[in-house]
Amino acid sequence: MPSVMLKKNPEGKLIFYVPKKDLEEVAESVEFDTADKWGGEVVLADGSKYFFEPIAPPDFPITLRAKRVDSGED
Amino acid sequence: MAALTREETEALIQEVLEIYPEQAKKDRAKHLAVNDQSLEKSNKCITSNRKSLPGVMTIRGCAYAGSKGVVWGPIKDMIHISHGPVGCGQYSRAGRRNYYVGTTGVNTFGTMNFTSDFTEKDIVFGGDKKLAKIITEIEGLFPLHKGISIQSECPIGLIGDDIEAVAKKGNKEIGKPVVPVRCEGFRGVSQSLGHHIANDAIRDWVLGNRDGDDSFPTTPYDVAVIGDYNIGGDAWASRTLLEEMGLRVVAQWSGDGTLAEIENTPKVKLNLIHCYRSMNYIARHMEEKYKIPWIEYNFFGPTKIAESLRRIASHFDETIQAGAEKVIAKYQAEYEAVIAKYKPRLEGKRVMLYIGGLRPRHVIGAYEDLGMEVVGTGYEFGHNDDYDRTIKEMGNATLLYDDVTGYEFEEFVKRVQPDLIGSGIKEKYIFQKMGVPFRQMHSWDYSGPYHGYDGFAIFARDMDMTINNPCWKQVKAPWKTDASSDAVKVAA
Repeated sequence: MPSVMLKKNPEGKLIFYVPKKDLEEVAESVEFDTADKWGGEVVLADGSKYFFEPIAPPDFPITLRAKRVDSGED
Repeated sequence: MAALTREETEALIQEVLEIYPEQAKKDRAKHLAVNDQSLEKSNKCITSNRKSLPGVMTIRGCAYAGSKGVVWGPIKDMIHISHGPVGCGQYSRAGRRNYYVGTTGVNTFGTMNFTSDFTEKDIVFGGDKKLAKIITEIEGLFPLHKGISIQSECPIGLIGDDIEAVAKKGNKEIGKPVVPVRCEGFRGVSQSLGHHIANDAIRDWVLGNRDGDDSFPTTPYDVAVIGDYNIGGDAWASRTLLEEMGLRVVAQWSGDGTLAEIENTPKVKLNLIHCYRSMNYIARHMEEKYKIPWIEYNFFGPTKIAESLRRIASHFDETIQAGAEKVIAKYQAEYEAVIAKYKPRLEGKRVMLYIGGLRPRHVIGAYEDLGMEVVGTGYEFGHNDDYDRTIKEMGNATLLYDDVTGYEFEEFVKRVQPDLIGSGIKEKYIFQKMGVPFRQMHSWDYSGPYHGYDGFAIFARDMDMTINNPCWKQVKAPWKTDASSDAVKVAA
């Protein structure tokens, strides 16, 4: 359950940062990203997947808890 | 010597690893790599921020060094107590050349050493009482100090002293911030964790002090310079450029910085990060809590300076953007003259770097502006995200080495035969005795500043006087030079 710092880059893409792992990656897709719901499965540019409990769209930047879905490689 | 090809470099790494026992070889192999610009992520090629193996010569420091020496130490109007035995504070005192303005011992304390000087008695009975007494004494002896930080040395964590409680009590007593920092040297694998702990201490004990206090008048052009430690005056050379383009520098973190500047930082519009490794944590925190965006910039060498000035200006309106162009134009003649003078003397020279957490990638541009080539680079305590940022800066098939050991570095130098090595004091004399020109790139070899356009002129001069120094021809004893050499002819 890593703490993930999320922010938008100037291009409007979601930047995913895990301080403990120095993992800084662009999120390729977010499962739910609508006006009333945000979260679900997030796929990163390196292929790894994380899961966020769907919540009301947060105000980025923000730190949220994520669950690792697929370990990819490590 | 011609540049090594990818295969040759790979073979060199294998050859160097050969001497290690099986386990050590496996471990060290992960920290040595050949740069491949096509990679997006460094974790495919190099491992970093791991514990050094016992028995190899690492040049890393400790968490205390990262906190007291790097992040907290330069805050000039605070008193930083090296809490523990006397050595840690005394041997790191004033060695980093963080210049500052002020009267030392009256309103600034940068080069002084304050320590609780632990002895056996304090280890056995605890040092909290002594610490409380020190806080009272400091207030009496140095009434103009603005705050105190308690920099823990190893024993504090081991004996379980409650410095937080003492700090809170001290804060009530003297009415100034007293910050306990849990930066015991044994924490983490290098000074890097010390930076993080220090950042967290600033976050928890200082940064929010003026929340809700709007008495500080702000402008739309307020910025903070974060991660510039003013080594040899670096931050001053950077600050002038920012001010000339129309920005107002509210705070310098932490070279020549004050506690008030740090407390006022949450009121700026943009955080400018120079040393990403040691201060990105606090920038990320401010982005989240105060919604202050941050950008990395690089003030080494005219190419990178112009790039950075334009990138900084793009976060502001046209007046600042015009200001940036004006600054670049203003210094153009100056830096072109520097390049015209030194490039012919330095062109084609090859450099190997091994520095801390930022400069291994930041100074590459400055060398390239002088026509030099960086053929190997490595971080003492960099993390993956540092290497991510390095891959694109370095040429293909160049060497990358993480937490390099003394043996590896020497062997690499013997084979790559660079014209200059840039590293720290611990490496300096080994390579000078091998006859390789060397510059200290931590302390600028007691020179500086190297940041900004003013710094670039000094940088170029220093590199020239090191590489082209006639002394390198004298390193070999005359009777060991070949018969054809000048020395023998003169003697005969």
